Amino acid sequence: MMKAEEYNTKIKPNFCPGCGDFGIWLALKNVASQLGLDSSNTALIAGIGCHGHILNFTKINSIEGLHGRPVPVATGIKLVNPRLNVIAFSGDGDCLGEGGNHFIHSCRRNHDINLFIHDNAIYGLTTGQTSPRTPHGMVTKSTPEGNKDVPLNPAAMAITAGATFVARTFCLEPKHMEEIFTKAIKHKGMSVVQILQTCITFNKEYTLDFYRENVYKLPDDYDPSDKVKALKKAMEWGEKNIPLGVLYEEKGKPSYEDQLIDISKKPIVDTEPVVKDVTELFKAHV
Amino acid sequence: MPISSLFTLKIGGEAGQGIKSAGLLFGKVATRSGYWIFNYTEYPSLVRGGHNMMQTTISSEEVTAPTLHTNLLIALNQETIDLHHHEISDGGAILFDKDKNFDTSKVKTTVNIIEVPLVALAKKVGGMELMSNTVALGASVALLAGDIKHLRNMVEEEFGKKKPAMVKINQDAAQAGFDYIVKNYSQDIQQVIKPRENPEPKMIVNANETTAMGAIAAGMQFYCAYPMTPATNIIHNLAPLQQKYGFIYKQPEDEIASINMAIGAANAGARSMVGTSGGGFCLMAEGYGLAGITETPLVIVNAMRSGPATGLPTWSEQSDLLMALYSHQGDFPRIVLAAGDPEEAFYLTMKAFNLAEKYQTTVLLLTDKLICENDQSYHFFDYKDFVLNRGKYTIKKQDNYNRYELTDDGISLRSPLGVGNFFIANSDEHDAEGFSNEGIENRNQQMAKRMKKMEICKKEDMDGPTLFGPEEAEITLVSWGSNKGSILQALKEFDNVNYLHLTMINPFPVEQVAERLKKAKYLINVEQNFTAHMSKIIKQTTGIEILDNLLKYDGRPIYPEEIISKINQVLGR
Repeated sequence: MMKAEEYNTKIKPNFCPGCGDFGIWLALKNVASQLGLDSSNTALIAGIGCHGHILNFTKINSIEGLHGRPVPVATGIKLVNPRLNVIAFSGDGDCLGEGGNHFIHSCRRNHDINLFIHDNAIYGLTTGQTSPRTPHGMVTKSTPEGNKDVPLNPAAMAITAGATFVARTFCLEPKHMEEIFTKAIKHKGMSVVQILQTCITFNKEYTLDFYRENVYKLPDDYDPSDKVKALKKAMEWGEKNIPLGVLYEEKGKPSYEDQLIDISKKPIVDTEPVVKDVTELFKAHV
Repeated sequence: MPISSLFTLKIGGEAGQGIKSAGLLFGKVATRSGYWIFNYTEYPSLVRGGHNMMQTTISSEEVTAPTLHTNLLIALNQETIDLHHHEISDGGAILFDKDKNFDTSKVKTTVNIIEVPLVALAKKVGGMELMSNTVALGASVALLAGDIKHLRNMVEEEFGKKKPAMVKINQDAAQAGFDYIVKNYSQDIQQVIKPRENPEPKMIVNANETTAMGAIAAGMQFYCAYPMTPATNIIHNLAPLQQKYGFIYKQPEDEIASINMAIGAANAGARSMVGTSGGGFCLMAEGYGLAGITETPLVIVNAMRSGPATGLPTWSEQSDLLMALYSHQGDFPRIVLAAGDPEEAFYLTMKAFNLAEKYQTTVLLLTDKLICENDQSYHFFDYKDFVLNRGKYTIKKQDNYNRYELTDDGISLRSPLGVGNFFIANSDEHDAEGFSNEGIENRNQQMAKRMKKMEICKKEDMDGPTLFGPEEAEITLVSWGSNKGSILQALKEFDNVNYLHLTMINPFPVEQVAERLKKAKYLINVEQNFTAHMSKIIKQTTGIEILDNLLKYDGRPIYPEEIISKINQVLGR
């Protein structure tokens, strides 16, 4: 088992001072340490955006792919080696803009992967344009007259698309994040975690104070197994009305990988590739 | 054998009338009787209706191309007669349903009319109207002096397991057609598929089938593809064989997902392949370079069709060559191969897997619609000499592991995710471990390392082009892809023309090609595209400019007859 600090790499995190990504990174290391995640049992994947830098700072083997595409990369890994814990990091632009198609379809297929969306409701790395999560009316560099688009709701989308674990957490609630990450990783099936994240440099609307004012934790007696109620809950957004916690969880549903008959017993990569005799196929064409 | 003496049977009708399967059955009757065949099919992008056509060219020698002429036309509708009657050779015949009163007024008088009550005979044995094509097949077998037992056997193989009740009805339908000819048209019977002694088994395959077979033979573990003509049938061939041969096929949401899933799978250690056509490859272009910079072994099959955009979706073209070489921003090592027939598709697919893992990069195999969907007869392929090579690869835990270590040959030790060797497969420029690094020295080293692999590949693995025909020739043809078949067929008519066939496209075997082209007296480049892609590559790499280009971009094959006529024109005949 590695200690949390042993996940540090030679690269020092270079997020903006005060960035919500620091909190997410710390929570990830703590959870990794608690669960014993390392390069022998886990693969991390990220897209492109501020969130993607997390791989450089975390000593678990990983793929930093293309903008919008971490989910299919994660899926490919899981299909051939279901033994691995597969955690894909994405941003709101990465996941909902460029990668929207992959997001919906991976939920639908209920792959046993984890998708952690760093949702700062802005394009940070490209210095402040509107994102699929930017609130209506907000002024950004690309919407000087105010954002005319209406934001998406990734938690609600994930529930309707078929993900079997959908949660929301907040980057300045370390314990809550760790709890949610742990549950997500342990859940069998597609886990989607929307991490509300501040971008202190470019998002002046969803600020620290905004979230502190308006988020609340789901009560202990909240039942996440009711899909319709969960959807209603996921759609709450506004003054004092942003729920955090496991919004939806469906237990026992077979994941995509569970349905691959032989392969679920023995990962495809556990058999070394060999030259195969295809004479039978030749014969079938005589 | 000159092209004019090849026998071609053509069957035409509406989509949904079973034209393709009838053509394939007929081809098998011919090969089982000891002959060689080439099947050529044409169809529009429709499931029902529209004109479908399949032709089988038969010969006692190997046959590699379709012919422009038809000897026997089986017309299941009027449109088939209207579209194809002028192709029928003198002394040839049209066979159609006696009760359909098709208009044959435009048909030349040198063509025999053979009328068989196809539907009536099908119904008489208890079958449906659709079975009239089986009656027509039985009649054709009789007309060409074939053995009806082959057709009967195939009907049993086709329906035996799934629908036993259909076996007898179909056999009776075939027999009824056969008997009708023997009784009413015995004077028109020609000795075309008269059974030969002890025929060796031959398979009838297209390049989609052989690509699938080659991939399985080479130990493929993961295939990811979104349906797209003409690559779709690779899916249909592979999907039912997953459990038996131990690989996964996944249909993704789009081609972008396809290549990214495969990159994930390859980094987890699976031998991986994606398949698509040009439009899908456009979407994959982004992932193409991701595989390049992360040094991910990946086989990409691009089955070309007519472009741009939707183009002629069910027709052929060879216009993706420059895209294969130049798509994606930036420079990365990309190996490009091109198959000229189903046999080459088989061996090159196998080779592609080894090259991908040896050089830890993309290998793009170009095929084209004509070889993907047209069948050719072959003896069984022999690949006992093939040795699976995973290159520098380990699943053991290493001390101080550096995924992108600088080495003399540019190739570093690869290790999959999940064995404990830390690395980042990073789309950003990265250092030896995979950490993002924008430093000058590191960038220069990593770029040079990756591109070095192409130098080694050119030296160790790029075979020179193949020369067909005489060493000395008046004319040298240069081409690649499906034109091979038509050119080889055309070459049979000349003793002073040779053909340089290219399969290794990148890294290009510059010296071998240049040496051969310099010897040539007159060069003709043959391609199915508008701008002569291969001529451009040859000029760019060897400095030799080919001035005479035989180009075609109407989606139809470059027929042997067209090549013969071009050669004759140049020779001043």
